Amino acid sequence: MALAFDDFGRPFIIIKEQEQKTRLRGLDAHKSNISAAKAVAHILRTSLGPKGMDKMMQSPDGDVTITNDGATILEQMDVDNQIAKLMVELSRSQDYEIGDGTTGVVVMAGALLEQAERLLERGIHPIRVAEGYEMASRIAVEHLERIAHKFEFSVTNIEPLVQTCMTTLSSKIVNRCKRSLAEIAVKAVMAVADLERKDVNLDLIKVEGKVGGKLEDTELIYGILVDKDMSHPQMPKQIEDAKIAILTCPFEPPKPKTKHKVDIDTVEKFQTLRQQEQKYFDDMVQQCKDVGATLVICQWGFDDEANHLLMNRNLPAVRWVGGVELELIAIATGGRIVPRFQELTSEKLGKAGLVREKSFGTTKDRMLYIEHCANSRAVTIFIRGGNKMMIEETKRSIHDALCVARNIIRNNSIVYGGGSAEISCSLAVEAAADGYPGVEQYAIRAFADSLDSVPMALAENSGLQPIETLSAVKSQQLKENNPCCGIDCNDIGTNDMREQNVFETLIGKKQQILLATQVVKMILKIDDVISPSDY
Amino acid sequence: IESLFKDEATEEKGERARMASFIGAMAIADLVKTTLGPKGMDKILQSTGRGRSVTVTNDGATILKSLHIDNPAAKVLVDISKVQDDEVGDGTTSVVVLAGELLREAEKLVATKIHPMTIIAGYRMAAECARDALLQRVRDNKEDAEKFKADLMKIAMTTLSSKILSQDKEHFAKLAVDAVMRLKGSTNLESIQIIKKPGGSLKDSFLDEGFILDKKIGIGQPKRIENAKILVANTAMDTDKVKIYGARVRADSMSRVAEIETAEKEKMREKVQKIIAHGINCFVNRQLIYNFPEELFADAGILAIEHADFDGIERLALVTGGEIASTFDNPESVKLGHCKLIEEIMIGEDKLIHFSGVEMGQACTIVLRGASNHVLDEAERSLHDALCVLSQTVNDSRVLLGGGWPEMVMAKAVDELARKTPGKKSLAIEAFSRALIAIPTIIADNAGLDSADLVAQLRAEHHKETSNAGIDVISGSVGDMAELGISEAFKVKQAVLLSATEAAEMILRVDEIITCAPRRREGM
Repeated sequence: MALAFDDFGRPFIIIKEQEQKTRLRGLDAHKSNISAAKAVAHILRTSLGPKGMDKMMQSPDGDVTITNDGATILEQMDVDNQIAKLMVELSRSQDYEIGDGTTGVVVMAGALLEQAERLLERGIHPIRVAEGYEMASRIAVEHLERIAHKFEFSVTNIEPLVQTCMTTLSSKIVNRCKRSLAEIAVKAVMAVADLERKDVNLDLIKVEGKVGGKLEDTELIYGILVDKDMSHPQMPKQIEDAKIAILTCPFEPPKPKTKHKVDIDTVEKFQTLRQQEQKYFDDMVQQCKDVGATLVICQWGFDDEANHLLMNRNLPAVRWVGGVELELIAIATGGRIVPRFQELTSEKLGKAGLVREKSFGTTKDRMLYIEHCANSRAVTIFIRGGNKMMIEETKRSIHDALCVARNIIRNNSIVYGGGSAEISCSLAVEAAADGYPGVEQYAIRAFADSLDSVPMALAENSGLQPIETLSAVKSQQLKENNPCCGIDCNDIGTNDMREQNVFETLIGKKQQILLATQVVKMILKIDDVISPSDY
Repeated sequence: IESLFKDEATEEKGERARMASFIGAMAIADLVKTTLGPKGMDKILQSTGRGRSVTVTNDGATILKSLHIDNPAAKVLVDISKVQDDEVGDGTTSVVVLAGELLREAEKLVATKIHPMTIIAGYRMAAECARDALLQRVRDNKEDAEKFKADLMKIAMTTLSSKILSQDKEHFAKLAVDAVMRLKGSTNLESIQIIKKPGGSLKDSFLDEGFILDKKIGIGQPKRIENAKILVANTAMDTDKVKIYGARVRADSMSRVAEIETAEKEKMREKVQKIIAHGINCFVNRQLIYNFPEELFADAGILAIEHADFDGIERLALVTGGEIASTFDNPESVKLGHCKLIEEIMIGEDKLIHFSGVEMGQACTIVLRGASNHVLDEAERSLHDALCVLSQTVNDSRVLLGGGWPEMVMAKAVDELARKTPGKKSLAIEAFSRALIAIPTIIADNAGLDSADLVAQLRAEHHKETSNAGIDVISGSVGDMAELGISEAFKVKQAVLLSATEAAEMILRVDEIITCAPRRREGM
C-alpha cells in the first residue's frame, strides 16, 4: 500500500509519483526475476564444456570480441535488467576469487532458480526454499571435501599441474595447443610461486600479446618484455650485463609544482639561464653515468638535447615506460625505482644479463626483452596469434589457466571434472534429503536436481543424449561407488575422469556451489520490484 | 519476457547467428575475390572524407582496410588480412578468399546437420596435413647463392605479376631483388626508401645506390660537395627557447628588448659556430632552419638542409654512419656522417638532393616514376608487397611453386587424409580440400578461362607423383610451373593457410551474436 493514514486520519503518500513507476509484487515479482536470471543462464549454457560454443560480441564502439569465458561474455553483454546484473556480478566474483568456472556458476544459479520456480508455484514459501538450498549446499560442500583428492606435486614434478590447466584450456579456442600453453602457464606460476607461504602473486606474471605469427610461437620469457624501443635509433640494440637505472623523473628541466615565474630582464640573466639549462642536462646524464648505469629506463620523456647527450655518452635509454611495467622491471632486476637523479646510487641499480631489442614482421614493431634478471621472480608470457581477437581470447584463457595453477598451489585438493563431482554431490544431497523433516526436504531435492543441470548441459553441448547419458552415469556411480564417473565429452570411450585426466580444483567447485546458492537466496528474497517506468 | 538487454542491443542465436556470420564473411571474400591472380581486376575506393580522394588498388589489405563494415564476422576477416600484411606483406587477398571458401564449405556441412565442432576438428587435421604436404615439397636453395637469387627473382616476378606493375615486372623484380639483397638478411625495410615522382613512365623507375632526400638546398649555398662531412641533427634552429619552466622575458623599455634580441641572436650565432666547429660541410636538421642561421651557414660555405622528416633523418643517419645530434658542445665525440658526393639532381621537374658513395651499403632509394599519383601509389604498394615477401624469403629461404600448385598439392594430401579418416570428420576434411581447390578455380575464372576444365586437368596431372603442374594464365592451359618460373615463398603460403583456418575456426565456434547499442556521440 502506498497510501497510509496518520494519527488524524489524513491520508499521506509513502511512495511518490506512483503512476510513473512500475511495480511488481509477490509471485509475479519472483517469476519475472527468475525468468530474467534464467535467460542469462540460458545464454551461457551452450558455452559450457570442451565442445561449448563461443559468443561473438560487438561493443558500442564496434569492436568485436569472440570468447567463451563466462565472465567476459556477461561483462560485455550490456545488460539492462537488474536481476541479470546480479548474475553478472556473480560471475565476476567467481572470476576475482577463483578465476575459472565463471560459466558453470551462472548455469548452476540458473538451474537452482528454475527449480525454485516450480516449488513456488506449489505454494512453498520462498524463504523455506532458500533455507532448504542453504542446507543442501552445506551437504554438497561436505560431500565434495569427502570425495576430494590430495594432489601431490613438487617443483620438479609439475605434470599434475599441467594436467589440471589442460582441463581448463580444453574448453577454449586455444585447445589446439593446450599442452604447450598449459606448460607455459604452470612454469610461469612456478617461477613466481612462494611455495613456503603457498601463495602466488599473479601480478608478477605479465601477459603480453602481439599480433602475428602462430599460436605455437607463444613463449614464456624469464624476464620482462616491454613494448618500447630505444629512445635514439642509433643506440645499441643489445646490452649484456646491463645495470639498469629505473627512473621516474623526466630528462627535462625541472617543473616545480608551485607557480612561479623566472623573469628575464637583462642580457646577463638570459645567458646565465641558458648556461644553467645546459648544465642541468649535463648533470642529469652524468649522474646516471657516475653510478655505473649502462641502461636507463624512464617513465617520462626525454628532451632532444638530453637524448643526444645520452647517446653521446653511450648510455642507452628507454622512455615512456608505463608505471606497472616499471615496477615489474624493478622487481625482476632487483633495482629500486628512483624518483630523483640526486638519489641515484649504484646499489639502486637493477641488473639483467641480457637486454635486447627484437623486431617483428614487416612493420617497424620493436620490443625490448630484459632477460637473465638478477631475480627471476617476474616472468612474461608472450602470446602470438593470427589476429587480434585470437590474442585477446588467448590472454583470457591463459589467465584462467594461471588462476587454476595458483589455486592448486594454495590448496592442493582436487575433484574430478566432466560433471562427475556434480553428479556425485547430487546423489549425496538426494540421499540426505529424506532425513530432513518439513518443507525444506523438497527444496533439498530440487537442489539435487539442479546439480544435475551442469552434466546435462555438458552432455547436450557434446552432442550426446542428455537424459540418457546422465542417468547411465548416475547409475554407474551408484553401482561402482565411484565418484569419478563423468560425461565423456571428447568421445574417448571411458567415463572415468581419472583415466581421462580431467581435474578441477576443490576450492573452485566449492566456491561455485556457495556463490550460486547465495545469489539464488538473494533473488528469492525479493518480493517487490519497484522501477521507474519507461518514459 | 522482459527485455534483458539495453534498448537497441540485439541478440542473435544459434542458426541465425551462424548464418549472419557466414554471410558476412562470404560477402567480404566475394568482394576481394575478383582481384586474385595475375588477371585479377582492381577496385576503386573513394573515401567519404573531405576531398573524396580516390584510390585504385588490387591489394586485398588496402581494400579491406578502407571498408566500413558492420558485420562482426567480416571484421574478423579484415583483421586477418591486416595481420597478414604486417607479418609477411603479401597474400592478403588469398587469406581472405581461403577463409571465405572454408566457411562456404562449412555452411553446406552445417546444413546437413554436422556439428560445427566436428567441422573444426576436421579442419584442424586437414590444415596440419596440408602444411606437412607443403613442407615435403619445398625447395631450399640457400646454399647456392646464384640459384637463390634466381628464386628471389622468380618470387618477385610472381608477386608483381598480379599488380599494376605486371607490364614491367622484370624491371621491378630486379629493382626489388637488388634492394633486398643489399639489406643482407635484415628485415628492416626502413632503409629502403621509396620516392614517388609523377611524370615519365613506370619503366623510368630506378634504384639508386645512394640516398635521395626530397628537399631543396638553401639559397646561396654550394650545390655540389665532394667528400662531404655531414652532421645530422635534431635541434631547434628557429628561436632557441629557454626550456626552464616558467621562464619569460620581461622588459621595461625598448632598448632592453633590443638587447635581449641581440643576446638571442648571439646565442644562435654561437650555436651555429659550434656546429661549424665540427668541421662539417653539410648540415641536415629535422626541424626548421630560420633565415638567419641559414645565412650564417651559407657564409661558412656549408650546405644546410632544413625540415627533413623524421624518417628521412633516421635513414640518413643510418646511411652515412653519423649520429643524430642535439647538443654541440663536444665536437670530438660526435660521429659525423660521410659521403663521397652531394649534389642536386633533377627528376622530372623537381630538384632533389642526392647523396652518393655513402659508407653503409645497406640503404638505397627506389625512385618510382609514373603517369599519375594513383599509379604511383599503387606501384608503391605493389613494390612494398614484393619487398616484404623478398625480405622474409631471405630469412626463410624455402620456396614453393606458384600458380595454384601449392593448393593442388595440399588438396591432394588432404583428400588422401579424408579417405583414411573414419567418422564425420572426414566430410570436413574433404570440404577443406574443396576450399583449397577453389583458389586455382578463382584464378582461372578471373582470367576468363574455363576453370572447371583446367582444374580437372590439373587434378589429373597432380595424380602423378612430383608433378609441377599449375595454371598458366597467359596461355590459358596447364603448364609446368618450374619451367615457367612461377614461385612463391613458403612463409607466405603457410601464413595464409594457418590464419585462414584459424579465422574460419573462430567464426564457426560462434553460436550467438550480441550487438551492443552503438555509443551515442555528442551532437548526433
